Amino acid sequence: MTTNQLIYLIEGTGWTLLLALTGFLGGGVLGLMIALMRVSRVTSLRWLSYLYVQLVQGIPLPVLMFLSFFGLAVAGFNIPAFVAAAVSMTIFAAAYLGEIWRGSIEAVPKTQWEAGESLGLTDFQQMRDIILPQAIRLSIPPTIGFMVQIIKNTSYSVVIGFIELTQAGKIINNAIYKPFLIFTLVGAIYFSLCSPLSRLSRRLEARLRSRGA
Amino acid sequence: MKYQFDFSFFWDADNAYWQDLAYGALLSAELTIVALVCGFLVGTCAAVGRVTGPGWLRWTIATYVEIIRNTPLLVQTFWLFFGLSSIGFRVPAFAAAVIALTINVGAYSCEIIRAGIESIHKGQVEAAESLALGPISTFLDVILPPAIEKVLPALASQFVLMMLASSIMAQISAEELMAAASRTQSETFRGFEIYIVVAVIYLVMSIILRFIILGLGWIVFPRRRRLAQR
Amino acid sequence: MTVVPTMAPDGPIVAFNDVHKRYGAIDVLKGITFSVRRGEVVCIIGRSGSGKSTALRCINGLERIQAGELTVCGKDISAASRSELRRVRQDVGIVFQSYNLFPHLTVSENIMLAPRRVKGMDRATARTVAEEVLAKVGLADKFDAYPEQLSGGQQQRVAIARALAMQPQLMLFDEVTSALDPELKGEVLRVMEDLAAGGMTMILVTHEMAFARHVADTVIFMHQGRIHETGPGDVLLAPQTPELQQFVANGL
Repeated sequence: MTTNQLIYLIEGTGWTLLLALTGFLGGGVLGLMIALMRVSRVTSLRWLSYLYVQLVQGIPLPVLMFLSFFGLAVAGFNIPAFVAAAVSMTIFAAAYLGEIWRGSIEAVPKTQWEAGESLGLTDFQQMRDIILPQAIRLSIPPTIGFMVQIIKNTSYSVVIGFIELTQAGKIINNAIYKPFLIFTLVGAIYFSLCSPLSRLSRRLEARLRSRGA
Repeated sequence: MKYQFDFSFFWDADNAYWQDLAYGALLSAELTIVALVCGFLVGTCAAVGRVTGPGWLRWTIATYVEIIRNTPLLVQTFWLFFGLSSIGFRVPAFAAAVIALTINVGAYSCEIIRAGIESIHKGQVEAAESLALGPISTFLDVILPPAIEKVLPALASQFVLMMLASSIMAQISAEELMAAASRTQSETFRGFEIYIVVAVIYLVMSIILRFIILGLGWIVFPRRRRLAQR
Repeated sequence: MTVVPTMAPDGPIVAFNDVHKRYGAIDVLKGITFSVRRGEVVCIIGRSGSGKSTALRCINGLERIQAGELTVCGKDISAASRSELRRVRQDVGIVFQSYNLFPHLTVSENIMLAPRRVKGMDRATARTVAEEVLAKVGLADKFDAYPEQLSGGQQQRVAIARALAMQPQLMLFDEVTSALDPELKGEVLRVMEDLAAGGMTMILVTHEMAFARHVADTVIFMHQGRIHETGPGDVLLAPQTPELQQFVANGL
């Protein structure tokens, strides 16, 4: 394995991280909207967001990748694979983050809403000042846990030819055919990115539970 | 620009693409079910070892679970498939896909089932021991059934995720739905239509799979069923 | 008062001889010596933390002792292996404060599990046994119910039936009415009275002073890990030591 190939892997790692970050930020914004719609008092919004979640959670991410890829193409955009991958990651992450955050919002005891209501706060104020601050605290461990899924799932962008870490590894392997070496290395890079997040998530989760939240 | 959707090629008389896709879906279902059963067994055994085994075994299983959960399925699959063939084991792609999915879902099931086992109250074990039940009976009769019953929804979700993830196995040329889709795309250049149809097929399969697992639970664990009747 | 059914081998069915038990640095049992005859009903009373539940749980090996001798049904269990312990447990039934019924099994399945798995009884025989013991605790109609469909008192009676199905020589009761609402205690205590009247050897840890005085052949008062005072049921009316006097005064 040459230095150039190593650099190629590192570049791939960079693209993986960039794609994961884009997916997390995009999915975060869209996911927050989904979460708020899921707990909204407006029935149609609840249904719409429910449908979105069920739809995305029932379709494989590689298929979403293809749909974005071909869909954006037929819409007339001539776009690089990264954009299609980022759009897919956003759609994907939003569905799961939306559900995680809905769970956190619903985990805040009902009495907190009632307390806000009796203080004369509006619905919006109750959500912003009372519920969300508590929900955010509850949501941090599972959100960090889901970041691991995002990082790992960026590897599915290989189906549309985006060259990130896994694809880079595969390309190098095609050249030198040392699969154990290369994919152990690739796996180790993913592990070093994901494992700290997994452990952090578990630790925060344990701390939250021991505080009796 | 306006795009003209065209789904007619699926029923093209010369090339029965719909048959190809249907067969692919069948293979995906087969892949899923075999890996699900094997993965569940691996996960259950691993969970038992993780909870009751000696220190070295617990450590080994914990390491296995950590490695699998912190690396992508696709990398695991490449490692296994290309790696095995590089040392002379030419495993058919479909078999490699089954093995990779089994190892993967086994690790996730292990964690889920372990949580179920650990949620069983210590008093249950004491009661079983006091009734002179041996360790195997205590585990199989008293601990495992309520543990699985408790975590069945989580397991069902994990198995659905695994079915969706099986779509990546076309990357090692395993013959399944995505491989059929890709072939159809390369012959018709109707990628968008094809993957819309594929998405619908996966959606339907994921609904059916969840239904089957929860239905099995309904049969295997009669308590809910009977309590619901009253 | 009690009828002794089979005065088979001589000697006590349970014998503690200077038994010690500690958790880490805490001495829970500091040298306990007492014995129980066949057919005898023994009530162990005392404050929480006095070691009474631990002493009871030593008898079927749920707690292992660290020093001294403990003989149960003629076997020394102070250093018994797991399989030897299982053999002894077939003869010793125990009922817990929190019932510990298996929630995923019906009442009859709860009862039939051990006879089938441990004694290899066939289904039909086990069924007959289950019907008998359920009738004995007055719950024949709950054969196919699940534990969560029963009241606490009923669950506890099923737990007693489950232990009886193994045809034990000795029954242990660990504060079996403490978790129950007052109006449900009576039904459980009545079942235990019937058992005592039928000649069952019983050791109970209990807070029910009236029940202890009425049913017990022997009352053992434990205090700070030792047996502080012992005597017939009436000892509760005329305690000898100031500690028992105080305990009885607070309890009644």
